[in-house]
Formats: sequence, structure tokens, C-alpha cells
Amino acid sequence: MTETANTINTRIPENAEKDIVDKPSRQPWAVFFERAFETLIHLCGISAVIFVLAIFFFVFREAVPVLFSGRFDIAEFLLSTKWYPTSATNVRYGTLALTIGSFTVTALAMIIAVPFGLGAAIYLSEFCGPRQKETLKIVIELLAAIPSVVWGFIGLTVISKFITAICGAEVGVNLLNGSIILALMSVPIIVSIGEDALKAVPDSYREAALAMGTTKWQLIMRVLLPAGKNGLLAAVLLGVGRAVGETMAVLMATGHAVQIPSGVFDSVRTLTANVAAELGEAAAGSDHYRVLFLTGILLFAITFIVNLTADFVIRGVKRK
Amino acid sequence: MILHPNAKLARFGARISGLCLLVIVLSCSKGEQTENNSRRATVQVKGSDTMVNVAQAWAEEFTAVAPDIAVEVSGGGSGVGIAALQRGAIDIANASRNIKPGEADAVLKNTGKEPVEFIVGFDALAVYVNKANPLEEITLEQLSDIYSEHGKATRWSDIGITIPGARTDRIALISRQSSSGTYEFFREHVLGNKDFKLGTRDMNGSKEVVELVGAIKTAIGYSGMGYATQNVKMLRIRTNDGSFDPTVKNTQTKAYPLARSLQLYTAGEPTGPVKKYIDWIMSPHGQKLLKENGYVPVTLSATAD
Repeated sequence: MTETANTINTRIPENAEKDIVDKPSRQPWAVFFERAFETLIHLCGISAVIFVLAIFFFVFREAVPVLFSGRFDIAEFLLSTKWYPTSATNVRYGTLALTIGSFTVTALAMIIAVPFGLGAAIYLSEFCGPRQKETLKIVIELLAAIPSVVWGFIGLTVISKFITAICGAEVGVNLLNGSIILALMSVPIIVSIGEDALKAVPDSYREAALAMGTTKWQLIMRVLLPAGKNGLLAAVLLGVGRAVGETMAVLMATGHAVQIPSGVFDSVRTLTANVAAELGEAAAGSDHYRVLFLTGILLFAITFIVNLTADFVIRGVKRK
Repeated sequence: MILHPNAKLARFGARISGLCLLVIVLSCSKGEQTENNSRRATVQVKGSDTMVNVAQAWAEEFTAVAPDIAVEVSGGGSGVGIAALQRGAIDIANASRNIKPGEADAVLKNTGKEPVEFIVGFDALAVYVNKANPLEEITLEQLSDIYSEHGKATRWSDIGITIPGARTDRIALISRQSSSGTYEFFREHVLGNKDFKLGTRDMNGSKEVVELVGAIKTAIGYSGMGYATQNVKMLRIRTNDGSFDPTVKNTQTKAYPLARSLQLYTAGEPTGPVKKYIDWIMSPHGQKLLKENGYVPVTLSATAD
């Protein structure tokens, strides 16, 4: 049924377009500009692909020589916690503590940010009036516009004092501090994308549910959340992406110590912060420099896996 | 499907992972960019965080002495300064440690000129603890036990200290980032080139170390003697000859074991504005500023290479 409808639909405009182009009234320069703009827009479209590939290429080019230098052990790189890139006696490049640092900071940040973010998204789309909604959205967008170094500054000076005073921790710059900062940074993303997702659920669903006599709570839990699942998951994952990639704020707030944390009050160091802190000193072309690029590839791989998993999860959800 | 979460996700995912790598790529190309605009009677200085205070004081004062020369100063660590000198991106590298043979070779190879060293002053590397800590003096062996990778001391009780009002006994180790000359000096002279314990909090500046030590009761840290604040105290260091405070006198007599020289490096013998600037630093005026910033002046205007 639909196939025949499609073929009919496409055939008619094709003929119609031909007629227009063939008409002598169309100036040659107009045709030329049309083509030029088509090409330009096409280029814009594929430029993202080109950039991603180029970044891949350059990062790999800087990192690869160390893999074949014979001085580098990939098992040590992935599984050792000993990060001594400038040791005078025994240079070791183990990133496990850094990877775990990145993971724990991100995970704890999400534990804080997801309930707040989704809660705020539900409030914005279901409960508040149009004027309040406008104000709130502007403020939330403002929250997203705060530069990360300012967040880091807040972590270093304000939140660290709160943590030592309230939680009784001896050191205020730690895993919890970094996570709070990252949570504050990813909440705006989760809220705005999550709110879009809920808005995309057709009003007929709401009307139908309310007509059946559901309460607001039942409407949200049984109808809106299942219906907006994909979009909400996308919102959360974008928040994760923001948190994994963040550098400056975590560099300042986490205490920058290479260790596997044994609690939320331990200082940690993340992969990104490590690259930012050390690339300036590493002589171009040295092993240390190349290993830092390899760390970049590791980060790339982690975000890639996160995105891929998300993709599969969403597909699974869809099939249901 | 209004949202198309797949497409949206993929796009955002690519953008985010792209962004963080772009940051990496940009941050390493930044070094090269500064090369072009360096030669208009400006003197570019970069390096040691230990020296950045006095370097800035010099730069400000020098504009009054020679208004036609602008001096631009930035920190980053001795290693960062020397790396920039190797690329030919700067005129003067500040360093609180000596240049290594490998680094000197790289300067010669990339710029065609031998690095030249000027000792402009001395500094005592002070060991700081929080004001609340009853500890007054420490030996280099104890410091090595506290800081080195296989050192035995991880708690204050290990060296017989209880800190009143502290919530934990664990020593909070404050250190410097590995590009710092102070870090390398400490590693060489205290740890005997062994590695640091994992889990040190690596600060990006001399001042940050002292500030953090001032905020944490159980902390210990090391930094230049000029950075002392109200909330910290400097430890005496006990050697076989006695116990020595990090003072100007003990630094000049080298009785204090962690005394070190502060130097400037240029690629080749300096000429023009750079020479004028360094000569002025060595003059009584420049040395007085050094002293005012908490460092120890060179007694004679000695230039060594």
C-alpha cells in the first residue's frame, strides 16, 4: 500500500521539477548558484565526518610510534596503577588508576545528576506554568554557560570548605567534590534534552491516560517515562559524555592524586586532567608525549563504547 | 519518532569525543603559535613556578627602567620553560633546577645555539606543615620515608606525632606536578631519585602547595621559602651538623641542606634587550627585588656557564 503511494508521490514532483528547469525563464546563473549552494551545504554536512576522521588520524599518528618502540607494554598501560612518566630510575606508564578515577568521578556525578536532572525535566514539562517555565529554562541555560574553570574555582574554594565542614573529611578536594561539580555541569544538559523528550510524547497519550482516571503520578510513571524512554536515555548519556570529557574543573576539584579511591573523600586524578596537566612539559616526540596521546585514544575508545552501548540499548528498547 | 535518538546520540557522541581530542590537539599546537610574535622589543620569559613571583616583579620594575622593552612572564614549571627554550619559542627560561644534558643537547639541536646559564639567586626549599602540627624539625630520612614510593611512613604516628584536632592520622602528601623544577629538586635531594608515593596531590604552583597545607591539618608539603603564610610553618631540617631553619643566612652558607640556585637560561649568549634585562637583574636594583620577594641574592654578581 504505502509503497505504491510513495512511487506515485515521487514521480509527480520529478516531472514537475523537470518542467521548471527546462523553462527558458530560469537564468543560467541561478542554476549555477543553485548547484554551488547544494555543493556547499553538502560539504557542511559531511564536514563533521571529515573532522572526526582527521582527529582520529592525527591523534593516532602521534601515538602509534611508541607502540612499536619496544619500550612500551600495553598490558602495563591498561592494567597497572603506577603512573611514573618522568621517573629518574624506572619510568612506568600505568593508567588504571586514572581510568578508574575517570569512571568513579563520572559514576558518582551521574548518581547525583540523573535524579535531579530528570526530576527537573518532568517538573518543567508537566507541572509548571508557561511563565515559570520560560524563566526556569533561561536560568538553566545560564547554568550551562558557566565556564568550566569557574566551576573548578568554586570546587576548590567553596565546595571543598563545605565538604570539610559538613562531612568531616580532612581534605576537601576529592572524588565527591569533583562529582558534585560535574553533576552541576551535566544537569543542564540532562534537563533540556530530557524536557524535549517528554514534550515529544503526544498530548493524546496524556489525555487518554487522564480520561481513564489516572493520577498525575501514575501518568508520569506508567505513561510518560516509558514513552519518552529513548530521549531520556539520550539525555542521560549526553550528561555522561559531558562528565567524562570535562577537564579543567575536575583538575581543580579532585585533588589530582594518582590512586584508586577507597572512599568518596579520597583524592583522584582523571585521564583528561592528567593529559591537560602533563602535555605542556612533555617534549614533542618523546615517549611521555606519545603515551599521553595514547591516553587520548583510550578516552576516545571509552566514549565510543559508551555511545555504542547506548545505541544498542536504545535499539533494544525500540524493538520492544 | 520525532526525536531520532540514534542520530542525535551519534552526532553528540562524536562531537563530545571530538571536542576532548580537539582540546588535546590544540593544547599541543599552542606552543608553536607563540613563536611568530616574539620579536618586537619584547622579552619572552617562561618557566619555574618557584621564580614566577620575582620574575613578575622584575618585569614590572624593568618597564620603568627601560620603557621600550616589554617583558612577558609566564609560569608552568622549569620543565615547561626549558621545553619552550628548546622550541625557540621564548628568550629566557627560568629554572629552579639545572638543565639536564639531554635538554641542553635538544636546545643546541633545535636552535643551533648552546644554552647559557645565569645564576640569579638562591632559594631554600622549605618543608611546610600545618600550623596545628606540633612537629618542629625533621630529618631527610624521615622525609624520604614519608614521600618515597616504598617509604614506611604513611601515618603521623609512624614518626611519633599526634596532631591535635585532626580527624585522621594519615599523612596528606602535597607535591608538585612533574614539570616542576621543585619536584625534581626534591626527588633528587630528598628521595635520592627514587619515585614519589602514589596518591600525592600534585599542585600546579608553589603558592597552591602552601595554601593546601594551610587548609589541611594532616598535610605536609614542600615549596619555596618565599611562600610562607600565616597558616603554615616551615620545619627545621636536622642533619649531622645540627638543625637548620630555612633562612637567608643558612641558605648562603649552604648549611640548610635543601638550598638551591635559581637560574635563567638563554639559547646562545644574549644580545640586545635580553642582555640588557639580564644585566639589570644582576645589578643591585634587581637583586634587591629578589630579596624583597623572599629569595636569597647572589652575593657577587657572578655569572657562570
